[in-house]
Amino acid sequence: MVKHHLFWPVAVLAALLLFNFIYSPDFFSIIVRNGNLYGSLIDILNFGSPLIIVALGMTLVIALGGIDLSVGSVVAIAGAISCLLISKGTDQSAWSLVLMAIGVSIAVAIVLGLWNGVLVSIFGMQPIIATLILMVAGRGVAQLIADGQIITVSSKTYNYLGAGSLAMLPFSIFIVAAMFILVSLLTRRTALGLYIESIGCKPTASRLAGIRSRTVMLAVYMFCGLCAGIAGLILSSNVSSADGNNAGLWYELDAILAVVIGGTSLNGGRFSVTGTLIGALIIQTLTTTIYMTGVPPEITLVVKAFVVLVVCLVQSESFRKAIVARWKTRHYPAEREVKQHV
Amino acid sequence: MKKMKMFGLLLASVMLMLTVACGNSSKDKESTDDKAPATATETKTETKTDDTAAASDKKIVLGFSQVGAESGWRTANTKSVQDSAKEAGFDLKFSDAQQKQENQIKAIRSFIQQKVDVIAFSPVVESGWDTVLKEAKDAGIPVILTDRAVDSTDTTLYQTFIGSDFVEEGRSAGKWLVDTYKDAKEPVNIVELEGTTGSAPANDRKAGFDEVIAQNPNLKVIASQTGDFTRAKGKEVMQSFLKAHKDIDVLYAHNDDMALGAIQAIEAAGLVPGKDIVIISVDGVHDGFVAASEGKINFIVECNPLLGPQLMQAVRDVYEGKEVPKRIVTKEGVFTSEDAKRELPNRQY
Repeated sequence: MVKHHLFWPVAVLAALLLFNFIYSPDFFSIIVRNGNLYGSLIDILNFGSPLIIVALGMTLVIALGGIDLSVGSVVAIAGAISCLLISKGTDQSAWSLVLMAIGVSIAVAIVLGLWNGVLVSIFGMQPIIATLILMVAGRGVAQLIADGQIITVSSKTYNYLGAGSLAMLPFSIFIVAAMFILVSLLTRRTALGLYIESIGCKPTASRLAGIRSRTVMLAVYMFCGLCAGIAGLILSSNVSSADGNNAGLWYELDAILAVVIGGTSLNGGRFSVTGTLIGALIIQTLTTTIYMTGVPPEITLVVKAFVVLVVCLVQSESFRKAIVARWKTRHYPAEREVKQHV
Repeated sequence: MKKMKMFGLLLASVMLMLTVACGNSSKDKESTDDKAPATATETKTETKTDDTAAASDKKIVLGFSQVGAESGWRTANTKSVQDSAKEAGFDLKFSDAQQKQENQIKAIRSFIQQKVDVIAFSPVVESGWDTVLKEAKDAGIPVILTDRAVDSTDTTLYQTFIGSDFVEEGRSAGKWLVDTYKDAKEPVNIVELEGTTGSAPANDRKAGFDEVIAQNPNLKVIASQTGDFTRAKGKEVMQSFLKAHKDIDVLYAHNDDMALGAIQAIEAAGLVPGKDIVIISVDGVHDGFVAASEGKINFIVECNPLLGPQLMQAVRDVYEGKEVPKRIVTKEGVFTSEDAKRELPNRQY
């Protein structure tokens, strides 16, 4: 069981949850309030959903041996566009208006993903540089769209996306579930997953083997843009406002962290969608834990960094071996040590 | 070979961009130079009607580095500065730091290189300004701080600080709370949503509030966490507070946006903001006033962003070498829900 690639991520998540349980047993209590389930676990899923979705797209990009630093900016742009369009409408709750706004911002997000994909696959730029361009420029674009303001919308329909509930659960959880199932099926029930892994391992060899690596790369970057766009919509609709400056700030780092904690190799060629899901949940649980336990704001980031360090160390096989070996040598009988030197 | 070609192409395009950029800036300079004599003649003809304009024979160039556009308050502040600069006839070079100190330092350095007449800026955080302010001083460019202070011990590095007294704002918030709960026999549980960690308003609004509520031992802050002055964070943190603490009586938010996010969290928890949980907030932006007039925020301490006119006056005084006070405080008020309902139509931001 220890050998299973999901063992350590699951163990860490379990440890975090256990800590919360010991600290405050109420953590796991879920009650019905206003006809909706209400509790910390629901919060984690609800607030974690944008991160999970972004991390899903990031997983595929990283599996290709690439990276996408622009997701945070795409999140901001998508939120800004949809809120701007909705705020211009006369009846902000009209279905047609909201659907149009969602459609336009999703389309823009896909185009932004395509931009990244073209830079990387056709012009052969290093992914980290290619996506850095959009990361820096995108936030400016988001502010231009929003005119440097926080756009507040009062649309019940739009608000449903990030804060509404379906069958007593936050609606965003269903979006996450749909995206997760979609990615899992696409990568594990079709050959696409294999293509991605093979391109991640060796693009040239894959091309020679007949895989159209450019097309796959373009598609994966576009999908990553799509994921970021959806996350942007959820985030902005959750608070019914778009904040070009802060929406999705540092999301790229959280997403990459979630992917790595989940056991996907940054070298590409090996990925785990379930691992990413767990990785993102670990990050969100950690954030919630910090708020609940009253860690002083000045040291929040230090605590976060420390936990992440421990998570990464625990997952490193060499580190575990080193610890175990150390522990073992100390328990060798003295005679054996002597014998070895004879 | 192909790669080399690609690289060459890139290099060429970058160089092209650079030359274009250079061309632009020199053109800009020319155009401002062109404008300068024009305004000079204008002011000469206007001397009879306007005395203050007569003293400056050349357009004063003001470099202003703004924190960002993190809230409606900041937007109103930016607009006030831009509008009053136009009114005063200054050439305003505006730069948005997007909440990053390094951007702001870069902006100030570029102002120094452009040899602006006066630099004004709202520091993102309190510390770490000595080096760049020293550079400005060495270049002989006076610096004015707006809205937020720096913790530098060398006060000769800047001419004056125009802005709100954040400690006083915290005290006003605390005072209202002490008055409201002066008859309380049971402990009153307060949760606090702090601003960006390390920023002057967060530090001072907390300090002033703590100082005043210490009078009444029943008033206790049971949880305090940063909400980064944003709505999303305010909502997320408040949601956790509501789970972790069963009996929250009062919420003190360091700005309206966090309070607005928290209101959504409180409503989602099935409680009534303003009744089940009393909410105190600072700033007084439009959305905050709307919430206050609906009774969702009980008390707002205003933090006036419209400091543009006062800033322009100070810039002119500094430029003309007049003595300016080291501290200029903006005019501010406090509003209960009732006041907010009455005042809402008159609000400019």
